[in-house]
Amino acid sequence: MRQRIVVSGRGGQGVLTLTRVLAEAATAAGHEVITTETHGMAQRGGAVISTIKVGPFHGPLIASGEAEVGLFLHADNLPVHGHYLRSGGTALVNATDLPGHDAVDADRLAAEAGEPRAANLALLGYAAGKGVLFAGPDLFEATIRRVTPAKHLERNLTAFRAGVEASK
Amino acid sequence: MTRRVLMGNEAIGRGIVECGCSVATSYPGTPASEILESVATFAREAGHRMHVEWSVNEKVAYEVALAASYTGKRAAVSMKQVGLNVASDPFMRSAYLGVKGGFLLVSADDPGPHSSQTEQDSRFYAMFAKVPVLDPSSPREAKEMVGLAFALSEAYEIPVMLRPTTRVCHARQAVPLFTPEREVRPARFDKEPKRWCATPRFVTDLHRGLTDKLGRLRADPRLAPVFFPGDGTVPRTCIIASGVAFAHTWDVLDEMGLSGKVDRYQVKAPYPLPTDFIERIGSAYERVLVVEETYPVIEMQLANRMVSGRGSRLVPNEGELTPEVIRGVLVEFLGLEPAPVHTASMPAGARPTLCAGCGHRAAYYAISQTFPRGIFPGDIGCYTLGVNLGAVDTCHCMGASIGQAAGFYHAYAQDGQAFPSIVATIGDSTFFHSGIPALVNAVNQRARFLVVILDNGTTAMTGHQPTPGLGRTASGEQGRPVFIRDLVRASGVAFLQEVDAYDVETLTAHLTDADRYMRSEEGGVAVIIASSPCVLAAEAGTTRAVHAVRVTEDCTGCRECLDLFECPALVWDEAAGKVGIGQGTCARCGVCLHVCPVGAIVADEGEPA
Repeated sequence: MRQRIVVSGRGGQGVLTLTRVLAEAATAAGHEVITTETHGMAQRGGAVISTIKVGPFHGPLIASGEAEVGLFLHADNLPVHGHYLRSGGTALVNATDLPGHDAVDADRLAAEAGEPRAANLALLGYAAGKGVLFAGPDLFEATIRRVTPAKHLERNLTAFRAGVEASK
Repeated sequence: MTRRVLMGNEAIGRGIVECGCSVATSYPGTPASEILESVATFAREAGHRMHVEWSVNEKVAYEVALAASYTGKRAAVSMKQVGLNVASDPFMRSAYLGVKGGFLLVSADDPGPHSSQTEQDSRFYAMFAKVPVLDPSSPREAKEMVGLAFALSEAYEIPVMLRPTTRVCHARQAVPLFTPEREVRPARFDKEPKRWCATPRFVTDLHRGLTDKLGRLRADPRLAPVFFPGDGTVPRTCIIASGVAFAHTWDVLDEMGLSGKVDRYQVKAPYPLPTDFIERIGSAYERVLVVEETYPVIEMQLANRMVSGRGSRLVPNEGELTPEVIRGVLVEFLGLEPAPVHTASMPAGARPTLCAGCGHRAAYYAISQTFPRGIFPGDIGCYTLGVNLGAVDTCHCMGASIGQAAGFYHAYAQDGQAFPSIVATIGDSTFFHSGIPALVNAVNQRARFLVVILDNGTTAMTGHQPTPGLGRTASGEQGRPVFIRDLVRASGVAFLQEVDAYDVETLTAHLTDADRYMRSEEGGVAVIIASSPCVLAAEAGTTRAVHAVRVTEDCTGCRECLDLFECPALVWDEAAGKVGIGQGTCARCGVCLHVCPVGAIVADEGEPA
């Protein structure tokens, strides 16, 4: 298994949590994984990006035009980080409607689940349901159960499952 | 042995606990902040009674850990690279005097830089101080190197530096965990005045001892580079790399189908390079490429004119060595056909901004409105973002706002004309870190300016580490709080006001009073403490009144609130040509009620406050 994923969003949208869930899930599935993420001032609402490399890689960074999958939590980041995708790569975007792109309104799904901050997991559910990630929804659901504090778990799972449902 | 997915900084923290370290200190700074937090977490998990400390600054952190090592215990101090500038004084001398218990210095570099004032290379500091430095390429290796560093430090009685970079600190990877060693050494300080209190006449001997240690380290097999031989396809050619640049070089060679074709060396200890390695590179190769971040530390020690690198400008002298950059370097070095490159310049993306409801925004609004022609020296923290609001004119290094304010005053005042209103802004943690000496100095030198201390009760930008004002330790225990107001008074400041930062009217009145005081015959430095708990901190938002706001039809679409106030909760409605309130993001601080020039932002009476 070799898969390079970029997760792009604004500081505060849960890019770091999503990165962690992907890394934990890859490890649980027995893959090597290495990731990197944005910390510091950019986290205050600036454009942030994480990279996740599943497979026998050594460094965490993904070069322009290498990523197989891009998860975009903010449509405005497409022109900023879209270049990381390889030709034929898959971009999934949190947006109400975005002509020419595979969009899902993860914000709405998360709000309906009662956890507006779980749009990241709704987008993950959508991607897992679409079958574009290194594993399917069951593994990610198990990972979310393992890493989420109890008081947020049920609503986070609801948001994740809503994303899976929306992919069908 | 188990494996756990850890961030590089967590892996380093775990390594420190596993090695039976007794005292760990730090001052927060990206990309190093999570190291000490992880030490506290893993020590608690292991039931170790470690002393884990967020020190007031890096110099103090260094000295606390150093003295613990003098007693024979293992000690560690971590910081970001510019923190080592602050700690450089004790660092330099500690190389001469040496240590007793294993002493680990972690200095995290930030090539790029992503969140720093410079992209300086701490490995040069190690060379400058004449101490060994280890350069990990991954979280897993960083944790292994913690153990090596403690072992080397004890064997040679020398401080050892671990130098991770941002891409190691903030990488995540499955890392093997071992049972933490329980520290059993009792503290025992053996007095050796010729060493611990060395006067100049003993220093040359200590320096000689240090040089001797380095000579022995150059022959220590644990510091030897790791050799990955090629298959001879590319003869008499080698690539030498260290740190995460080594990892990325490997991946790029894999992508190019060149792994295993050219000789490669991973340098794990960039200083001191083994003498036989330097000789072998000089004799066995005609072409040598060195890939390292961020300065040419290995390259300079090779002192070999066959080397391609930063000196020959094949490797760029500035910026992060991303896979794209490394690919370009390899293509040129190996004489390959360049692949099509993605060089189109990308838009920068959304710039960071202060959070909705941040008290700093209120304070900056009041300052810029009160002093439209003021000079605003700023400082390091979230509040550097006041630059977006036109209320921060300089940003230099920790604590510089107050020193620079004094410099601006003296330069203007000696011209004999009316000097401008100079308003320094500094956060609470930064004030404790290095604002205090600058304030004492300014008062003593009779400077005249205003200091607004933006007190949000935490070290916000680096992840909410406690400040001395809070009275809580890194381990979550009760500390003794130290109050900013007491420090300000003790510094000789005669004008001090404290205000809720959200109370723009009172703050504005204080600013006007402070300016009048500063310009009066007996005037001097005036200080205002503007407090408002960080909206991201767990305890914030539970104690203050809330103001629901709405925008009326009177909004003219002038965008003044967006441009001068830049609150993320004020959103532009393209269709209506007016501003609206983002109800999901609004913190209901009510500060924007002061901002609209036509009064179109009003309290929403219909909604319960």
